[in-house]
Amino acid sequence: MAFLEKKYKQAFTDPLSANNPITLQVLGICSALAVTVKMDTAVVMTLAVVAVLSISNTLISLLRNLIPGKVRIIVQLSIIASLVIITDQILKAYLYDISKQLTVFVGLIITNCIVMGRAEAFAMQNSPGKSFLDGLGNGLGYGGILIVVSFFREILGSGTIYGYQIIPDSAYVAGYENMGLMSLSPGAFIILGLIVWVHRISADIEEE
Amino acid sequence: MEHYISLATKAMFVENILLAYFLGMCSFLSISKKIDTSIGLGFAVVFVLMITAPANWAISNYFLQDGALAWAGFPDVDLSFLNFIVFIAVIAAIVQLVEMILDKFSPTLYYNLGIFLPLIAVNCSILGGSLFLVERDYTLLESTVFGFGSGMGFFLAIVSMASIRHRLRYSNVPAKLRGLGITMLLTGLLSMAFMAFSGIDL
Repeated sequence: MAFLEKKYKQAFTDPLSANNPITLQVLGICSALAVTVKMDTAVVMTLAVVAVLSISNTLISLLRNLIPGKVRIIVQLSIIASLVIITDQILKAYLYDISKQLTVFVGLIITNCIVMGRAEAFAMQNSPGKSFLDGLGNGLGYGGILIVVSFFREILGSGTIYGYQIIPDSAYVAGYENMGLMSLSPGAFIILGLIVWVHRISADIEEE
Repeated sequence: MEHYISLATKAMFVENILLAYFLGMCSFLSISKKIDTSIGLGFAVVFVLMITAPANWAISNYFLQDGALAWAGFPDVDLSFLNFIVFIAVIAAIVQLVEMILDKFSPTLYYNLGIFLPLIAVNCSILGGSLFLVERDYTLLESTVFGFGSGMGFFLAIVSMASIRHRLRYSNVPAKLRGLGITMLLTGLLSMAFMAFSGIDL
Protein backbone atom coordinates (compact mmCIF):
# COMPACT_ATOMS: atom_id res chain seq x y z
CA MET A 1 0.00 0.00 0.00
CA ALA A 2 1.51 3.28 -1.14
CA PHE A 3 0.21 5.00 1.96
CA LEU A 4 2.64 3.10 4.15
CA GLU A 5 5.72 3.66 2.02
CA LYS A 6 8.69 4.78 4.04
CA LYS A 7 8.82 8.40 2.90
CA TYR A 8 5.11 8.86 3.60
CA LYS A 9 5.53 7.40 7.04
CA GLN A 10 8.51 9.63 7.63
CA ALA A 11 6.56 12.78 6.75
CA PHE A 12 4.15 11.82 9.52
CA THR A 13 6.46 10.45 12.23
CA ASP A 14 9.41 12.85 11.94
CA PRO A 15 7.68 15.89 13.47
CA LEU A 16 6.32 13.82 16.36
CA SER A 17 9.68 13.63 18.09
CA ALA A 18 12.89 13.80 16.03
CA ASN A 19 11.92 17.10 14.41
CA ASN A 20 9.29 18.37 16.83
CA PRO A 21 7.89 21.79 15.82
CA ILE A 22 8.10 23.29 19.30
CA THR A 23 11.19 21.82 20.92
CA LEU A 24 13.43 21.66 17.83
CA GLN A 25 12.10 23.86 15.03
CA VAL A 26 11.16 26.52 17.64
CA LEU A 27 7.98 27.44 15.76
CA GLY A 28 4.53 28.36 16.95
CA ILE A 29 5.16 28.94 20.62
CA CYS A 30 3.25 32.22 20.27
CA SER A 31 -0.28 31.22 21.01
CA ALA A 32 0.53 27.79 22.37
CA LEU A 33 1.25 28.42 26.00
CA ALA A 34 -1.62 30.68 26.92
CA VAL A 35 -4.15 27.86 26.58
CA THR A 36 -2.29 25.36 28.76
CA VAL A 37 -3.63 26.29 32.20
CA LYS A 38 -6.25 23.52 31.95
CA MET A 39 -6.14 20.33 29.89
CA ASP A 40 -9.56 20.71 28.26
CA THR A 41 -8.60 23.98 26.54
CA ALA A 42 -5.26 22.48 25.47
CA VAL A 43 -7.00 19.48 23.90
CA VAL A 44 -9.47 21.66 21.99
CA MET A 45 -6.63 23.92 20.83
CA THR A 46 -4.69 20.85 19.66
CA LEU A 47 -7.67 19.64 17.64
CA ALA A 48 -8.10 23.10 16.10
CA VAL A 49 -4.42 23.32 15.13
CA VAL A 50 -4.34 19.76 13.73
CA ALA A 51 -7.43 20.47 11.62
CA VAL A 52 -6.18 23.82 10.30
CA LEU A 53 -2.66 22.60 9.66
CA SER A 54 -3.52 19.38 7.83
CA ILE A 55 -6.27 20.96 5.69
CA SER A 56 -4.21 24.05 4.84
CA ASN A 57 -1.22 21.88 3.92
CA THR A 58 -3.39 19.74 1.63
CA LEU A 59 -5.08 22.72 -0.05
CA ILE A 60 -1.86 24.66 -0.56
CA SER A 61 -0.16 21.55 -1.95
CA LEU A 62 -3.05 21.02 -4.39
CA LEU A 63 -2.73 24.62 -5.54
CA ARG A 64 1.07 24.73 -5.47
CA ASN A 65 1.49 24.79 -9.27
CA LEU A 66 -1.21 27.45 -9.71
CA ILE A 67 -0.01 29.96 -7.13
CA PRO A 68 2.26 32.64 -8.66
CA GLY A 69 5.52 32.89 -6.72
CA LYS A 70 5.26 36.60 -6.02
CA VAL A 71 1.91 36.57 -4.23
CA ARG A 72 2.23 33.16 -2.58
CA ILE A 73 2.37 34.54 0.97
CA ILE A 74 -0.94 36.38 0.53
CA VAL A 75 -2.60 33.33 -1.03
CA GLN A 76 -1.35 31.11 1.80
CA LEU A 77 -2.44 33.62 4.41
CA SER A 78 -5.96 33.89 3.01
CA ILE A 79 -6.37 30.10 2.82
CA ILE A 80 -5.21 29.77 6.42
CA ALA A 81 -7.34 32.69 7.64
CA SER A 82 -10.47 31.23 6.00
CA LEU A 83 -9.84 27.85 7.64
CA VAL A 84 -9.34 29.52 11.02
CA ILE A 85 -12.61 31.44 10.64
CA ILE A 86 -14.44 28.17 9.90
CA THR A 87 -12.81 26.50 12.92
CA ASP A 88 -13.73 29.43 15.14
CA GLN A 89 -17.36 29.35 13.98
CA ILE A 90 -17.56 25.58 14.58
CA LEU A 91 -16.13 25.98 18.08
CA LYS A 92 -18.58 28.79 18.84
CA ALA A 93 -21.47 26.63 17.67
CA TYR A 94 -20.63 23.35 19.41
CA LEU A 95 -18.19 24.12 22.25
CA TYR A 96 -19.27 27.60 23.31
CA ASP A 97 -17.85 27.51 26.87
CA ILE A 98 -14.39 26.41 25.77
CA SER A 99 -14.38 28.86 22.85
CA LYS A 100 -15.09 31.63 25.41
CA GLN A 101 -12.05 30.52 27.42
CA LEU A 102 -9.83 30.37 24.34
CA THR A 103 -10.85 33.98 23.51
CA VAL A 104 -8.50 35.44 20.92
CA PHE A 105 -6.14 32.50 20.78
CA VAL A 106 -8.10 30.58 18.13
CA GLY A 107 -7.74 33.62 15.87
CA LEU A 108 -4.04 33.71 16.55
CA ILE A 109 -3.60 30.33 14.82
CA ILE A 110 -3.41 32.49 11.66
CA THR A 111 -0.13 34.05 12.72
CA ASN A 112 1.11 30.83 14.30
CA CYS A 113 4.48 30.44 12.61
CA ILE A 114 4.08 26.69 12.32
CA VAL A 115 1.12 26.85 9.89
CA MET A 116 2.83 29.33 7.55
CA GLY A 117 6.16 27.59 8.08
CA ARG A 118 4.90 24.18 6.96
CA ALA A 119 2.98 25.67 4.03
CA GLU A 120 6.07 27.47 2.82
CA ALA A 121 8.68 24.81 3.59
CA PHE A 122 6.80 21.61 2.83
CA ALA A 123 3.45 21.96 1.07
CA MET A 124 4.82 24.15 -1.74
CA GLN A 125 7.18 21.34 -2.83
CA ASN A 126 5.35 18.10 -2.07
CA SER A 127 2.32 16.08 -3.17
CA PRO A 128 -1.03 16.59 -1.40
CA GLY A 129 -1.00 13.19 0.34
CA LYS A 130 2.44 13.72 1.77
CA SER A 131 1.62 17.30 2.78
CA PHE A 132 -1.51 16.12 4.57
CA LEU A 133 0.55 13.63 6.60
CA ASP A 134 3.18 16.28 7.29
CA GLY A 135 0.46 18.65 8.55
CA LEU A 136 -1.06 15.91 10.67
CA GLY A 137 2.31 14.96 12.15
CA ASN A 138 3.31 18.54 12.91
CA GLY A 139 -0.09 19.31 14.43
CA LEU A 140 0.12 16.26 16.67
CA GLY A 141 3.76 16.91 17.60
CA TYR A 142 2.77 20.45 18.53
CA GLY A 143 -0.36 19.33 20.39
CA GLY A 144 1.58 16.65 22.25
CA ILE A 145 3.79 19.29 23.83
CA LEU A 146 0.73 21.45 24.63
CA ILE A 147 -0.96 18.55 26.37
CA VAL A 148 2.15 17.60 28.37
CA VAL A 149 2.64 21.22 29.49
CA SER A 150 -1.04 21.54 30.45
CA PHE A 151 -0.93 18.20 32.31
CA PHE A 152 1.81 19.45 34.64
CA ARG A 153 0.32 22.93 34.98
CA GLU A 154 -3.12 21.60 35.85
CA ILE A 155 -2.03 18.95 38.36
CA LEU A 156 0.46 21.23 40.11
CA GLY A 157 -1.61 24.40 39.81
CA SER A 158 -5.12 23.17 40.59
CA GLY A 159 -4.67 19.53 41.70
CA THR A 160 -6.95 18.24 38.93
CA ILE A 161 -6.58 16.38 35.62
CA TYR A 162 -9.08 17.20 32.89
CA GLY A 163 -11.27 18.76 35.58
CA TYR A 164 -11.31 15.70 37.87
CA GLN A 165 -9.76 16.14 41.28
CA ILE A 166 -6.65 13.99 41.69
CA ILE A 167 -5.00 15.30 44.86
CA PRO A 168 -7.20 13.92 47.70
CA ASP A 169 -8.87 16.26 50.19
CA SER A 170 -6.89 14.65 53.01
CA ALA A 171 -3.67 16.01 51.45
CA TYR A 172 -5.07 19.54 51.60
CA VAL A 173 -6.11 18.96 55.23
CA ALA A 174 -2.57 17.80 55.98
CA GLY A 175 -1.23 21.11 54.69
CA TYR A 176 -0.62 20.50 50.94
CA GLU A 177 -1.18 23.60 48.84
CA ASN A 178 -1.62 24.12 45.09
CA MET A 179 1.26 25.89 43.41
CA GLY A 180 -0.31 29.17 42.32
CA LEU A 181 2.71 29.95 40.16
CA MET A 182 1.83 27.11 37.78
CA SER A 183 -1.50 28.72 36.88
CA LEU A 184 0.26 31.98 36.02
CA SER A 185 2.37 32.56 32.91
CA PRO A 186 5.85 31.95 34.47
CA GLY A 187 4.80 28.35 35.16
CA ALA A 188 4.29 27.73 31.45
CA PHE A 189 7.72 29.09 30.51
CA ILE A 190 9.48 27.07 33.19
CA ILE A 191 7.67 23.80 32.40
CA LEU A 192 8.35 24.24 28.68
CA GLY A 193 12.03 24.99 29.39
CA LEU A 194 12.32 21.78 31.40
CA ILE A 195 10.48 19.74 28.74
CA VAL A 196 12.86 21.05 26.07
CA TRP A 197 15.78 20.05 28.26
CA VAL A 198 14.46 16.52 28.88
CA HIS A 199 13.55 16.07 25.21
CA ARG A 200 16.99 17.13 24.06
CA ILE A 201 18.69 14.79 26.52
CA SER A 202 16.55 11.86 25.38
CA ALA A 203 16.97 12.69 21.67
CA ASP A 204 20.66 13.57 22.17
CA ILE A 205 20.52 16.95 20.40
CA GLU A 206 22.60 20.03 21.12
CA GLU A 207 22.27 23.60 19.88
CA GLU A 208 25.28 25.40 18.37
CA MET B 1 -5.80 61.20 32.10
CA GLU B 2 -5.06 58.90 35.04
CA HIS B 3 -7.15 56.23 33.38
CA TYR B 4 -4.93 56.27 30.32
CA ILE B 5 -1.68 56.24 32.29
CA SER B 6 -2.88 53.25 34.26
CA LEU B 7 -4.00 51.50 31.04
CA ALA B 8 -0.56 52.06 29.50
CA THR B 9 1.41 50.84 32.53
CA LYS B 10 -0.89 47.84 32.83
CA ALA B 11 -0.30 46.90 29.18
CA MET B 12 3.42 47.49 29.63
CA PHE B 13 4.13 45.57 32.82
CA VAL B 14 1.35 43.55 34.45
CA GLU B 15 -0.34 42.34 31.30
CA ASN B 16 2.79 42.39 29.17
CA ILE B 17 1.76 41.08 25.77
CA LEU B 18 4.83 38.84 25.60
CA LEU B 19 5.37 37.66 29.15
CA ALA B 20 1.74 37.33 30.26
CA TYR B 21 -0.01 36.44 26.98
CA PHE B 22 2.88 34.72 25.17
CA LEU B 23 2.32 36.71 21.97
CA GLY B 24 5.27 37.30 19.66
CA MET B 25 7.36 34.50 21.16
CA CYS B 26 8.77 33.31 17.83
CA SER B 27 10.48 36.56 16.95
CA PHE B 28 11.34 37.14 20.60
CA LEU B 29 13.26 33.85 20.77
CA SER B 30 15.06 34.23 17.46
CA ILE B 31 15.91 37.96 17.57
CA SER B 32 16.92 38.31 21.23
CA LYS B 33 20.36 36.86 20.49
CA LYS B 34 21.72 40.36 19.77
CA ILE B 35 21.02 43.62 21.59
CA ASP B 36 21.04 46.06 18.64
CA THR B 37 18.72 43.95 16.49
CA SER B 38 16.36 43.59 19.48
CA ILE B 39 16.23 47.36 19.87
CA GLY B 40 15.40 47.66 16.15
CA LEU B 41 12.62 45.06 16.32
CA GLY B 42 11.31 46.57 19.57
CA PHE B 43 10.93 50.01 18.01
CA ALA B 44 9.33 48.54 14.90
CA VAL B 45 6.72 46.74 17.05
CA VAL B 46 5.89 49.91 19.03
CA PHE B 47 5.56 51.85 15.79
CA VAL B 48 3.38 49.34 13.95
CA LEU B 49 1.16 48.57 16.97
CA MET B 50 0.44 52.29 17.48
CA ILE B 51 -0.77 52.56 13.88
CA THR B 52 -2.59 49.24 13.47
CA ALA B 53 -4.47 49.39 16.79
CA PRO B 54 -6.50 52.55 15.99
CA ALA B 55 -6.85 51.52 12.33
CA ASN B 56 -8.34 48.17 13.23
CA TRP B 57 -10.47 49.83 15.89
CA ALA B 58 -12.02 52.07 13.24
CA ILE B 59 -12.60 49.18 10.84
CA SER B 60 -14.16 47.05 13.53
CA ASN B 61 -16.41 49.87 14.81
CA TYR B 62 -17.55 51.22 11.46
CA PHE B 63 -17.70 48.05 9.37
CA LEU B 64 -17.53 44.74 11.17
CA GLN B 65 -19.29 44.84 14.53
CA ASP B 66 -22.93 43.94 15.08
CA GLY B 67 -24.89 46.96 13.82
CA ALA B 68 -21.76 48.89 12.84
CA LEU B 69 -22.98 49.31 9.28
CA ALA B 70 -26.04 51.29 10.44
CA TRP B 71 -24.56 54.45 8.85
CA ALA B 72 -24.70 52.76 5.46
CA GLY B 73 -28.31 51.67 5.96
CA PHE B 74 -27.69 48.07 7.09
CA PRO B 75 -28.46 48.07 10.84
CA ASP B 76 -28.95 44.29 11.04
CA VAL B 77 -25.67 43.20 9.50
CA ASP B 78 -23.09 41.53 11.74
CA LEU B 79 -19.77 40.91 9.99
CA SER B 80 -17.70 40.22 13.10
CA PHE B 81 -16.83 36.72 11.84
CA LEU B 82 -14.65 38.46 9.25
CA ASN B 83 -12.49 40.00 12.02
CA PHE B 84 -9.51 37.69 11.56
CA ILE B 85 -9.10 37.92 7.81
CA VAL B 86 -9.75 41.67 7.64
CA PHE B 87 -7.37 42.45 10.50
CA ILE B 88 -4.54 40.42 9.04
CA ALA B 89 -5.06 42.06 5.64
CA VAL B 90 -5.09 45.54 7.21
CA ILE B 91 -1.90 44.77 9.14
CA ALA B 92 -0.11 43.47 6.06
CA ALA B 93 -1.22 46.51 4.04
CA ILE B 94 -0.19 48.99 6.75
CA VAL B 95 3.20 47.36 7.16
CA GLN B 96 3.73 47.64 3.41
CA LEU B 97 2.65 51.30 3.43
CA VAL B 98 4.84 52.17 6.40
CA GLU B 99 7.76 50.56 4.63
CA MET B 100 7.18 52.63 1.49
CA ILE B 101 6.64 55.89 3.37
CA LEU B 102 9.72 55.40 5.52
CA ASP B 103 11.81 54.55 2.47
CA LYS B 104 10.77 57.85 0.88
CA PHE B 105 10.88 60.25 3.83
CA SER B 106 13.25 58.85 6.41
CA PRO B 107 15.95 56.63 4.90
CA THR B 108 17.86 56.37 8.22
CA LEU B 109 14.81 55.06 10.07
CA TYR B 110 14.05 52.80 7.12
CA TYR B 111 17.58 51.49 7.22
CA ASN B 112 17.26 50.74 10.93
CA LEU B 113 13.79 49.19 10.89
CA GLY B 114 13.81 47.97 7.30
CA ILE B 115 14.54 44.29 7.69
CA PHE B 116 12.15 43.92 10.62
CA LEU B 117 9.05 45.43 9.06
CA PRO B 118 8.13 42.45 6.82
CA LEU B 119 8.71 40.10 9.77
CA ILE B 120 6.21 42.06 11.80
CA ALA B 121 3.24 41.39 9.53
CA VAL B 122 3.07 37.85 10.86
CA ASN B 123 4.07 38.69 14.43
CA CYS B 124 1.37 37.37 16.78
CA SER B 125 1.61 40.40 19.05
CA ILE B 126 0.32 42.74 16.34
CA LEU B 127 -2.74 40.65 15.45
CA GLY B 128 -3.19 39.83 19.16
CA GLY B 129 -3.26 43.53 20.05
CA SER B 130 -6.03 44.16 17.52
CA LEU B 131 -8.06 41.16 18.69
CA PHE B 132 -7.72 42.19 22.34
CA LEU B 133 -9.04 45.68 21.76
CA VAL B 134 -12.17 44.29 20.11
CA GLU B 135 -12.56 41.72 22.90
CA ARG B 136 -12.29 44.42 25.58
CA ASP B 137 -14.42 47.11 23.89
CA TYR B 138 -11.83 49.90 24.03
CA THR B 139 -12.52 53.39 22.70
CA LEU B 140 -10.34 54.96 19.99
CA LEU B 141 -8.02 56.74 22.43
CA GLU B 142 -7.85 53.72 24.71
CA SER B 143 -6.85 51.53 21.73
CA THR B 144 -4.02 53.88 20.79
CA VAL B 145 -2.75 53.99 24.38
CA PHE B 146 -3.09 50.21 24.62
CA GLY B 147 -1.17 49.79 21.37
CA PHE B 148 1.62 52.02 22.64
CA GLY B 149 1.74 50.30 26.05
CA SER B 150 1.85 46.79 24.57
CA GLY B 151 4.54 47.82 22.12
CA MET B 152 6.67 49.30 24.90
CA GLY B 153 6.13 46.14 26.94
CA PHE B 154 7.43 44.06 24.05
CA PHE B 155 10.38 46.44 23.63
CA LEU B 156 11.33 46.22 27.32
CA ALA B 157 11.03 42.45 27.41
CA ILE B 158 13.05 41.78 24.27
CA VAL B 159 15.83 44.23 25.15
CA SER B 160 16.21 42.89 28.70
CA MET B 161 16.23 39.33 27.35
CA ALA B 162 18.92 40.22 24.81
CA SER B 163 21.04 41.75 27.59
CA ILE B 164 20.64 38.65 29.76
CA ARG B 165 21.60 36.38 26.86
CA HIS B 166 24.62 38.58 26.21
CA ARG B 167 25.82 37.98 29.77
CA LEU B 168 24.98 34.31 29.45
CA ARG B 169 27.89 33.78 27.07
CA TYR B 170 30.23 33.74 30.04
CA SER B 171 28.31 31.17 32.04
CA ASN B 172 28.62 27.42 31.96
CA VAL B 173 25.17 26.19 30.92
CA PRO B 174 24.63 22.38 30.66
CA ALA B 175 25.12 21.40 27.00
CA LYS B 176 21.58 20.13 26.37
CA LEU B 177 20.01 23.13 28.06
CA ARG B 178 21.75 25.67 25.81
CA GLY B 179 19.67 27.68 23.37
CA LEU B 180 15.90 27.26 23.66
CA GLY B 181 15.89 25.51 27.06
CA ILE B 182 17.76 28.10 29.09
CA THR B 183 16.00 30.94 27.23
CA MET B 184 12.60 29.57 28.25
CA LEU B 185 13.66 29.23 31.90
CA LEU B 186 15.00 32.80 31.85
CA THR B 187 11.81 34.06 30.24
CA GLY B 188 9.93 32.43 33.13
CA LEU B 189 12.02 34.36 35.64
CA LEU B 190 11.64 37.59 33.65
CA SER B 191 7.89 37.06 33.54
CA MET B 192 7.84 36.61 37.33
CA ALA B 193 9.77 39.87 37.72
CA PHE B 194 7.25 41.72 35.53
CA MET B 195 4.40 40.25 37.56
CA ALA B 196 5.78 41.93 40.66
CA PHE B 197 4.23 45.13 39.24
CA SER B 198 0.69 43.76 39.67
CA GLY B 199 -1.23 45.42 42.44
CA ILE B 200 0.24 48.83 41.69
CA ASP B 201 -2.72 51.10 41.03
CA LEU B 202 -2.13 54.49 39.47
